Amino acid sequence: MDKPFAITLDVGSSLANKTGSWRTSRPVYLDRLPPCNNACPAGENIQAWLFHAEGGDYEAAWRELTQNNPLPAVMGRVCYHPCEDACNRGKLDAAVGINSVERFLGDEAIKRGWKFPAPPKESGKRVLVVGAGPSGLSAAYHLRRLGHAVKVVDAGPMAGGMMRFGIPKYRLPRDVLDAEVKRIADLGVEFEYNRKVENIRDTMTEGKFDAVFLAVGAHIAKRAYIPAGEAAKMLDAVSVLRDMEGEEKPMLGRRVVVYGGGNTALDVARTAKRLGASEAIIVYRRNREKMPAHDFEVEEALQEGVMIKWLSTIKNMANEGTLTVEKMKLDEKGFPQPTGEFETLEADSLVLALGQDVDLSLLEGVPGLAIKDGTVQVAPNMMTGYPGIFAGGDMVPSERTVTVAVGHGKKAARNIDAWLAGGTYEPAPKHELADFEKLNAWYYTDASKTVRPMLDIVRRTSTFDEVVSGLDETNALFEARRCLSCGNCFECDNCYGVCPDNSVIKLGPGKRFEFNYDYCKGCGICVSECPCGAIKMVPETI
Amino acid sequence: MEMQTVKFYQTGTFTVGNRLLDENERSVQANMERTNSLNSGHRACQGCGEALGARYAIDAAMRVTGDKLIAVNATGCLEVFSTPYPETSWQIPWIHSLFGNAAAVASGVAAAMRVTGRSDVRVVAQGGDGGTTDIGFGCLSGMFERNDDVLYICYDNEAYMNTGVQRSSATPPAARTATTMAVGKEPGNVFGTGKNVPLIAMAHHIPYVATASVANLRDLEFKVTRAMNVHGARYVHIHVPCPLGWGSAPADTIKVARMAVESGLFPLFEAEHGEVTGRTRIRHKVPVTEYLKLQKRFAHLFGKTPDQERLDQIQAIADKNIRTFGLIDTELAHG
Amino acid sequence: MLKQVEGSHAVAEAIALSRPQIICAYPITPQTHIVEGVGEMVKDGTLKNCEFINVESEFAALSVAIGASAAGARTYTATSSQGLLFMAEAVYNAAGLGLPIVMTIGNRAIGAPINIWNDHSDSMSMRDAGWIQLFAETNQEALDLHIQAFRLAEELSCPVMVCMDGFILTHAYDRVDVPSQEEVDAFLPPFEPRQILDPSAPVTIGAMVGPEAFTEVRYLAHHKQLRALTLIPQLSAEFEQRFGRASGGLIREYCTEGAETIVVSLGSINGTVQEVVDDMRADGAKIGSVSICSFRPFPLTALRDALQNAKRVVVLEKCLAVGLGGIVSDGVRKSLSGIQLKGYTVIAGLGGRAITRGSLRQLFEDAAADELEQVTFLDLNADVVAYELERESQARRTGPTAEAILKRLGTVSSKIG
Repeated sequence: MDKPFAITLDVGSSLANKTGSWRTSRPVYLDRLPPCNNACPAGENIQAWLFHAEGGDYEAAWRELTQNNPLPAVMGRVCYHPCEDACNRGKLDAAVGINSVERFLGDEAIKRGWKFPAPPKESGKRVLVVGAGPSGLSAAYHLRRLGHAVKVVDAGPMAGGMMRFGIPKYRLPRDVLDAEVKRIADLGVEFEYNRKVENIRDTMTEGKFDAVFLAVGAHIAKRAYIPAGEAAKMLDAVSVLRDMEGEEKPMLGRRVVVYGGGNTALDVARTAKRLGASEAIIVYRRNREKMPAHDFEVEEALQEGVMIKWLSTIKNMANEGTLTVEKMKLDEKGFPQPTGEFETLEADSLVLALGQDVDLSLLEGVPGLAIKDGTVQVAPNMMTGYPGIFAGGDMVPSERTVTVAVGHGKKAARNIDAWLAGGTYEPAPKHELADFEKLNAWYYTDASKTVRPMLDIVRRTSTFDEVVSGLDETNALFEARRCLSCGNCFECDNCYGVCPDNSVIKLGPGKRFEFNYDYCKGCGICVSECPCGAIKMVPETI
Repeated sequence: MEMQTVKFYQTGTFTVGNRLLDENERSVQANMERTNSLNSGHRACQGCGEALGARYAIDAAMRVTGDKLIAVNATGCLEVFSTPYPETSWQIPWIHSLFGNAAAVASGVAAAMRVTGRSDVRVVAQGGDGGTTDIGFGCLSGMFERNDDVLYICYDNEAYMNTGVQRSSATPPAARTATTMAVGKEPGNVFGTGKNVPLIAMAHHIPYVATASVANLRDLEFKVTRAMNVHGARYVHIHVPCPLGWGSAPADTIKVARMAVESGLFPLFEAEHGEVTGRTRIRHKVPVTEYLKLQKRFAHLFGKTPDQERLDQIQAIADKNIRTFGLIDTELAHG
Repeated sequence: MLKQVEGSHAVAEAIALSRPQIICAYPITPQTHIVEGVGEMVKDGTLKNCEFINVESEFAALSVAIGASAAGARTYTATSSQGLLFMAEAVYNAAGLGLPIVMTIGNRAIGAPINIWNDHSDSMSMRDAGWIQLFAETNQEALDLHIQAFRLAEELSCPVMVCMDGFILTHAYDRVDVPSQEEVDAFLPPFEPRQILDPSAPVTIGAMVGPEAFTEVRYLAHHKQLRALTLIPQLSAEFEQRFGRASGGLIREYCTEGAETIVVSLGSINGTVQEVVDDMRADGAKIGSVSICSFRPFPLTALRDALQNAKRVVVLEKCLAVGLGGIVSDGVRKSLSGIQLKGYTVIAGLGGRAITRGSLRQLFEDAAADELEQVTFLDLNADVVAYELERESQARRTGPTAEAILKRLGTVSSKIG
């Protein structure tokens, strides 16, 4: 076309005008730390695996998850999910049911037979893991994936440690545990059972191990002095729960009193109910607010008919099974103080659930170790005072949960790996936290949390069937999609769409976006309208 | 225990894109191959709502028509920032004639397409509120009453921004402009004035009228798509905040637009042949102050002592809109 | 084919023969009969592939035309007087965008006072808008000029106004020769736009141009009109060759050979002027006349050639540059730059005032005797003016002048003829 001068122009020619020169500050993409990840003791990248689950790619989600935790089906049942307490969605409606999605993924992996990939190369190093509980299994898994030869020895007859001998079946079915342990074994981890390590240094030398990770669980019940008649039946919670795994179920009688306020006390009381007790009474010296057990477990126990006697201590137990209980009251600091008021309780058996200790005898004679309050002191890299001996889980000062133990195993494995190579492990720097204020929550669809189906009460109190059943795929997908993806781009295209200057380049699925600073005027709409807070403005420098 | 099946896509359709949706359910703007009808390098201010609204609307119209689209533009910000010699930002055939005649020029283009055997080529006219509700109103009404095959899009930023923020008949009450200064007994634009062109368009009984906002892309694209799928005169009125004229932060452009919608001050609705046939419900109702306080043009309402009387008057306007257009689902609200 | 028809109808036929594709108009006297005529032909199917669009104003009429033309349709509209002023902004715009729209002006006075009758004030008001302005002397020429106008407009990509005197031509019945469609088709090829709105080759039309290029844009518009000075006579010659009659061109001379006094005028008044010239020539006066057909572009050279040997020039014009005198005279004077000639401006026929042969003869004789004022208002009622001036000098609140004069004259149309 013979276009008239100046009045008629070639389309799109404004590309010659680089409006980026107007800018005084520029948007940049970043990954912030989602509160769930920040709260996870096992260091899971929850946002990342939910991202895959949101798209229905459960295998990718599971693989992302198992980068940090080899036991999702277990964890999806027994973790107390601090991630959910931290979840930003809780400020909108209710926290994302991260734990239930994790369980779904774990179950899906078992159902589909997903395996871990073999290590890319062998390091030639040998590592011994003592204890096949969560911490030991986690360490063994990570060490193996890093290419080391790993042997796990355990004093018990089977793998699982406290997961098997401390957590009732109705919370963790054994086939689930077995399946996840087997997957680790399939990776080439060697297991040896019924072998108690007496002297760790000797064992290391004999087995030519380059390093060792100690992960012995707290299997020794703490005792309290309660005067009792000789015929009185007094047991400890650890033995009761361990015996549940044997041929002979413990004989607890019709009226069972459990003394203590932790989750173990609840486990025992609920187990007693299932064994046929007509009364299972928990006696606890403080009130419900002060009870260390998780609220949802207390609730489930109460629903099942477990009774709890608050603000009470047991003074003695007579031969015929009569307990003398003293009423307590809390002082201004929240400590229970005796009141001098007494009452009696009839009990066929008394189970003490007052905490557990670790058997540290295998460390005798190891120089350089510091032991305090029944635990081994370790450096930030999980190594004890003796080079090459690392420890984690119940053995070290920490909260004693499966999740914490799994986290210790991972952390120790990474440090052992670095130590074996003569270096030190440098964890990636933590990103700044993606707190709620960094989000633009308007974009998220209103949806409340999916509640996992619960077993009918009658059935649940009389059997050891799993109490909480899992999500089906629809629900799991729904739940995953409630994730706000805090601080991490989930490719919602908002920045790409809302830029008045077309200055955001979409790189394609999974590749996110980049800015075209030739034209970006620095208005900041992309930052305001990013739902998940994955963009920020930084001042422009000349 | 039965669980309810819920179709839920994380951000649903509130964000521009959503990787969880089927390809054909995604927005035009989410597409990697989108046409960018208004190209980079235009000279709109930072955070310009009109630049955004124009690309949203024209890209959507291009998709419907398979790029067989011609645009006629009234004089105004959009025209000036997009086509200063020697560069244009437009990617489609585009013509600017005058301030007040875009609708008529578009009628001519549409007629030419019919008579030269190119009826597949569709025509969009576009202008700001001044070019639409004031100076171009005669031509607009004429195009409507002839039912010419033109989609007229008004990008409403509620004043004459190109000339320095003077009042138009779309300027809301109390708003400060260069010609409704925030001084005197009744600071800002007086109450009880202005005209509602979407309702006037409806009075022409044209096939389709809709309001839209840059804060709700999917709704906007839906309406433009709908409009392009019918023939005859159509009108889409898009609310586009102007950071410069409204005294809002450039980064807040969409937020401001969203607050206008969520407060009820800018109702989103559709009408066919003169009857309201659809409304976009308010998701989370906010008081009008949430909208007003983001803008310096209303700052005089929030002095040391807030001008409660006028704030109440503005709230009443929003409440009336909510009632008139049914912007809140009362059943849901009670349930 | 010879037909005895109204001027407007003759033009309507010419428009139809030119195969326009879009016609839009808004009614204003005296242009109405033309568009009614083509409108009917569109509606009854005589004029095919054409849309007739009724619009809500002249501003819209030309705006629709702008859109249609830019989109590649041959486009026509018509207006008069106030209508032309109402579309003024679009008049400039169509020219600025170089759109080859053809528009008939049924020439009419501009109010206030409102007046529906003929003079040239309306066209003259748009003389600098960038349109080519052709003035028709007769209905035959009006018909012919429209056919030439489309060709001219499209070759230059420039809009063309064909100006014909309201009522005097538009409403007069005359015998005209209406060419056949084949003849017109042979002269006027289908429209090939210089620029077009087309999705397969998109362009931006109507950019904002700043100081860096505006002068050049305006120069190119001027240059386009200078090209028309060559093209208009060529088309006129080709037209004459094909259709067998002379129409259009830049100017037409009548008895200028050896003339000492030459009368210059535009449009239909030339017929009367030529009759008076004939009468005076018969009586031995050395007088001739020149009819300007192309007022824009203004034919400076052609006029100079025609006038330079005369002793005096009388410019008879149906318009008034208030506060100056003549509008056409300005151009004529410029064409004679450096030549010592007496020049007289005569303002005549305003608002439909009849221009009689008697008045003209007296006028020309006064001119030949060099007894004319520099600016003369033909047949000005000196009594009325004197009375009104006297009245106005005595009282401040005299009321409207026009109404006062009408009251004194006691009739509205006594001098229309």
